[in-house]
Amino acid sequence: MTDLNNRVGATPRQQPEQPVGAGRHTEPDRVRPLEHTPVTKGSTTRVRGRLAGAIVANGGVLLIAAVFIIPLLWVILASFNRTAGLTVSIPDHWTLDNFRAVLNTDTTYRPMANGVILCGGAAALTIACATLAGYALSRFKTKYKRPFLLTILFSTGLPITAIMVPVYGLFVQLNLIDTISGTMLFMAATGLPFAIWLMKNFMDSVPLTLEEAAWTDGASRMQTLWYIILPLMWPGISVVAIFTFVGMWGNFFVPFVLLLSPDQLPASVSIYTFFSQYGEVQFGQLASYSLIYSFPVVALFLFLSRKLGGAFAFGGAVKG
Amino acid sequence: MKQAAGRGAPLVPATVLLLVFLFGPILWSIYAAFTNTSLSGAGAAHSQFVGFANFTKAFTSNGFLNSVLLTLFFTLVSAVIGQNALGLSLALWMRRAVAPVRAFGGAVVIGAWVLPEVVAGYLWYAFLAKDGSLNAVLERVGLHPQDWLFSLPILAVSIANIWRGTAFSMLVYTAALSDIPQEIEEAAEVDGATGRQRLFHITLPMIRSSIMTNLMLITLQTLSVFGLIFTMTRGGPGTKSQTLPLYMYEQAFSFGDLGYGTAIAIMLLVVGSVFSLLYLRMLAPETT
Repeated sequence: MTDLNNRVGATPRQQPEQPVGAGRHTEPDRVRPLEHTPVTKGSTTRVRGRLAGAIVANGGVLLIAAVFIIPLLWVILASFNRTAGLTVSIPDHWTLDNFRAVLNTDTTYRPMANGVILCGGAAALTIACATLAGYALSRFKTKYKRPFLLTILFSTGLPITAIMVPVYGLFVQLNLIDTISGTMLFMAATGLPFAIWLMKNFMDSVPLTLEEAAWTDGASRMQTLWYIILPLMWPGISVVAIFTFVGMWGNFFVPFVLLLSPDQLPASVSIYTFFSQYGEVQFGQLASYSLIYSFPVVALFLFLSRKLGGAFAFGGAVKG
Repeated sequence: MKQAAGRGAPLVPATVLLLVFLFGPILWSIYAAFTNTSLSGAGAAHSQFVGFANFTKAFTSNGFLNSVLLTLFFTLVSAVIGQNALGLSLALWMRRAVAPVRAFGGAVVIGAWVLPEVVAGYLWYAFLAKDGSLNAVLERVGLHPQDWLFSLPILAVSIANIWRGTAFSMLVYTAALSDIPQEIEEAAEVDGATGRQRLFHITLPMIRSSIMTNLMLITLQTLSVFGLIFTMTRGGPGTKSQTLPLYMYEQAFSFGDLGYGTAIAIMLLVVGSVFSLLYLRMLAPETT
């Protein structure tokens, strides 16, 4: 199980206990016996150069982080400030009034519930289809496999934004416009290429021996998938599920185009319509609502990065 | 025969969904782009075939050419230069930074990436607005404040997109750098190569394929950015930050010209497909 966790998209080398490049600080002697030769001019400049490099590196990271954190500070500080404006400032009186003001059915509860239904349903559909497809692509050898995989990979790159106008036209003709179910099906389809791709790669890492034993005992393909593969796969499946859900939760354009009635809108759209409709924007309320809306994805991402052994391991999954 | 059908069965649900909801609209758009389909009026009831009229309209329209230029600027500045260079620098620096700095920097940069795009749009609206934090800082150091979202809207949204997307490049490059055997760089160091020489002659050439892959992916992502710009400027003032997706949206939904909007969608799709095919060519040899 731990092995599978590590394989989720990355090499086991990228463990939090052994961060990237840590070896170079802790055990320099292992691979550089030359440095033990009597002190030469070259080695002192090397040490000096390394020190300068470390200063530049730490300073660079800190500088970028300092610039990047300012907009984040605003949303946190403003949400607890009754008289919040647009500038980052420490509240005179810390208050939960902004949260109280937005925690009602119209502003928060219904859009959040809509988002959970829409994105949860779409992600579940994506995962179910991607698991089946990933299994077939990982285990069976057919002549359709390569073209199918190449089409999937190609589709991961298509700009979904571009097809929203034709999708709208199609939805009007199919009478699917302004329906949660239609939007859910479309979102499930847009999540599929990436989910299938990841799922196939995870399945490839599950050894075949267990399945062969099950086949010998007379289990069918689907029984093997259900009783053997899925229990082994659940870390991988939950990673794909979280990625899919987080992507859908943040998606603004798709529900913005396909859903029209205010009471059907998910949080990603209602935050826009709610705060751009009224002339005088309550910035403190906007900030606290932003926090509430962002909370599920931040929480899921933290969960995921702990599971993956540091957020950095994710990079391997992107590489494919 | 039965065996073959059974093997294809698990692919059926995914294939049906993709055909109906992804490739269906793409095929429909190839038809609709050559018609005068619209939300209201004559084109709504009976759309007619109009040949290449939508495309000629695009190439002779100032609005379209304006948004092509803005899209190029946005993609070049925010993705190819901004996210890419900043992500690579962060990945390189992170290797030498001490653990607390690495953890703090990683949390902030990744935090910016995890937030939903509409929230990112509001955060940057607050930062760059007339009464925003940037002007407050500028005033304190004695510089002249201005409304950045009005004076330099396309630069403002580009910077917001750099903020939002840098983490992706950083993660891709961190993974790529960790695949380089340390012995190689250390051997070069022993041989007296300077930091700059090592970077340009060893490190960068060794992650060349990751750089190409990353450039493709972030270009594709940036081409489809909509929510971020829409919440910050709505494409304005006027059309000064109206990139192609926003132009397409306005033509199709505000002006109701679905046929014309679809023609623009097709052009975006073609550009996206070219990048996607290049990306495929780079990954395909590894795909079995």
